[in-house]
Amino acid sequence: MVHAFSQELVLDGSTRPDPGDLLSALPPPLTWAPAARPRTVGRAWLDTFDWRLYRAGLTLELRTAAGRAELMLTCPDGARITAPAGRGRWPRLAGSLPPGELRERLGPVAGHRALIQVARGASTVREVRVLNDDHKTVAWLAIDQISVNQPEQADVPARLAVRAVRGYQTEAEQAVAALTGATTRRAPPVLAAVLAPAGQRPGCYSSKVDVRLTAGMPATTAVATVLLRLLDTFDANLDGTIRATDTEFLHDLRVSVRRTRSALKLAGDMLPPGLADRFQPEFKWLGDLTTPTRDMDVYLLGFDTMSAGLVAAAPEELLPFRGYLTRRRAAARRRLLRGLRSERLAALRQEWRAALTALTSSPRAGRARGAAAAAPAIGEFAAARIARAHRKVLKRGEAITPESPPERLHDLRKRCKELRYLLEFFASLHEPAPHQRVLRQLKGLQDCLGDLQDTQIQQHEIREAAAQMMKQPDTPATALLAMGEVAAGVAARERAARADFASRFADFAAAGTQRRVRALTGAAA
Amino acid sequence: MKVLASYNIKGGVGKTAAAVNLAHLAAGGGQRVLLWDLDPQGAASYLLRIRPRVKGGGKALIKGTRPVDDAIKGTDFDRLDLLPSDFTYRNLDLVLDAAAKPARRIARLLAPLAAEYDLIVLDCPPGISLLSENVLRAAGTVLVPLIPTTLSVRTLDQLTEFIAGLPAPRPDVLAFFSMTDRRKRLHREITEKLPAQRSDVAVAVIPALSLIERMSTERAPVSAFAPRSAAARYYQALWTEVAERLG
Repeated sequence: MVHAFSQELVLDGSTRPDPGDLLSALPPPLTWAPAARPRTVGRAWLDTFDWRLYRAGLTLELRTAAGRAELMLTCPDGARITAPAGRGRWPRLAGSLPPGELRERLGPVAGHRALIQVARGASTVREVRVLNDDHKTVAWLAIDQISVNQPEQADVPARLAVRAVRGYQTEAEQAVAALTGATTRRAPPVLAAVLAPAGQRPGCYSSKVDVRLTAGMPATTAVATVLLRLLDTFDANLDGTIRATDTEFLHDLRVSVRRTRSALKLAGDMLPPGLADRFQPEFKWLGDLTTPTRDMDVYLLGFDTMSAGLVAAAPEELLPFRGYLTRRRAAARRRLLRGLRSERLAALRQEWRAALTALTSSPRAGRARGAAAAAPAIGEFAAARIARAHRKVLKRGEAITPESPPERLHDLRKRCKELRYLLEFFASLHEPAPHQRVLRQLKGLQDCLGDLQDTQIQQHEIREAAAQMMKQPDTPATALLAMGEVAAGVAARERAARADFASRFADFAAAGTQRRVRALTGAAA
Repeated sequence: MKVLASYNIKGGVGKTAAAVNLAHLAAGGGQRVLLWDLDPQGAASYLLRIRPRVKGGGKALIKGTRPVDDAIKGTDFDRLDLLPSDFTYRNLDLVLDAAAKPARRIARLLAPLAAEYDLIVLDCPPGISLLSENVLRAAGTVLVPLIPTTLSVRTLDQLTEFIAGLPAPRPDVLAFFSMTDRRKRLHREITEKLPAQRSDVAVAVIPALSLIERMSTERAPVSAFAPRSAAARYYQALWTEVAERLG
């Protein structure tokens, strides 16, 4: 049914309004009557940890009433899709929801990320009918009182929704006008309202290094600010990694460690003497600790695609390989958990935060404790380091020929990563448009080099796995044959990536990209 | 989108009560329903508390100068909308006669509503006219309330004959006995015998009940103001049979 008019308002201050008070200003002949007894509905708002639904303009809500749980997805155009929530505890992957339109819409957006409850509470809704002189309903008013339990207990200001019955827009507008006599304002999105008491807002987490630097800031303070942001990201992902909420917590946690290690290597000389040297080995330990589990995650996440790509073997013949990977992942995860719960990590986090906070709390403190007696401004420093990293990428890339050994490409990949991280750390010093274009060209090259590296590792892993599995007497020959086919596919991908390299590098080394990098580094200086 | 017309050549046989109650039951069952009150007396509009007025009158609707969509009103019930009556509908035959392809005009007006509604119920005025021919050509099923008398059975035969003479596609006809009184022997005999003999007569009957008459004071369908009453159950039984017929 088409409803021509609807408007949502929020009452300033009042959490439990009386309908009689609210509607006392209705113009004659309009009157009102309660529509039904108030009903209470349990509500929870779901999103991925990195707010993928919110960023895609979607709102997912779990509503529970009379023992029935229903999911309601609101799309950017206001359309709603509802579905039974099915069995299962939250957090859950979208793939575990009952099949149907809602799951199909959510799946590609949420990807590998679990749906977690970002807020929880209950709504008590009182519905009131606005009537004309025929006692015909011309508009519905819903008064929604929301009590929030999570993230923080609070009663949020009551929300009023006026909905015109089709063909009665004028009367509904009169009802809204009567309501706006009370102290109302346009209602913010409900998710924003329920998060506000806890000082949160939707979309508040991002794994990006979104720090605001200014070119004149002392380099020591700026580098410490970047490192502190990376530590925040690490901390934000620690609990989800330990609980295994989804695989991407570990991914984001690892990226924060890798970025920290690169920052220490490329800009650690701007920190007080000895600080980078002291923490570098600790972050290397942390990086090494997380690698085996992530490697297995990558394998298992891509397993279905890998199975589907088989031509000669049947997908089920790979099941022993899957079992092997799952067992290896479980063992790797046990070691990971021991490390993440260790006193060594607790001390690392605490001491690292204390050191960085001291450097960022006062620019003067940063300057006084700076490595160099006269630490440069970050604009000048970033320009020099990005220019140097860029030169390295060009030099190493130009030296690569079709005969170059894989180690040379691996080395180039690491230099690209360093340039990428420097660009990300200091993004706020650059004009967004040329910065994005340089990043895009660099990413194209990195993807190609990443494919090369991944395919080499995967081939090694498959050989290793096959050797291990052969030692087990119950491994069927068909499993090893299927793995051979997978290895052949991976080798073909490696050859394709290698063939692609020259054109990707040529794009990156093109005069236009070089000019943009020079402009960026010039602008930063 | 299915189109169901509540129609009889005779008046006062329970067409409007059937149209309003069946439309309400269909909407209650989850269908998106539009009821078009084509009778200039506007009884269906009155029962749903909607003023019998369409801007520009029936002429604007039929000529297409006012979109049907704009004239639709929401009722007090979920998924049930009404296209109200208008006193100018008394002249619809003249307006239709002036239109191109006059006998198919209503069907053409309804076609664009298919995306919005699952069921359209037409509450028609009595008589045989160009409007009734339009209704018969727009409807997939024609529901014919009959008072159980020998004469009304004859009326059904006349109607069936008239429909048989229309160009295809022709609507399916389903008659039901309305305003029945089991104290009358003739009513008992006809309502028991005819449904067994004829496939175009429903088994369900709607007795003459005071609760149905109360619709005009309650201004609501029986199934809304007395959902557990015998009257509501009779209409539910009729709707079950009609819904099966609609497919």
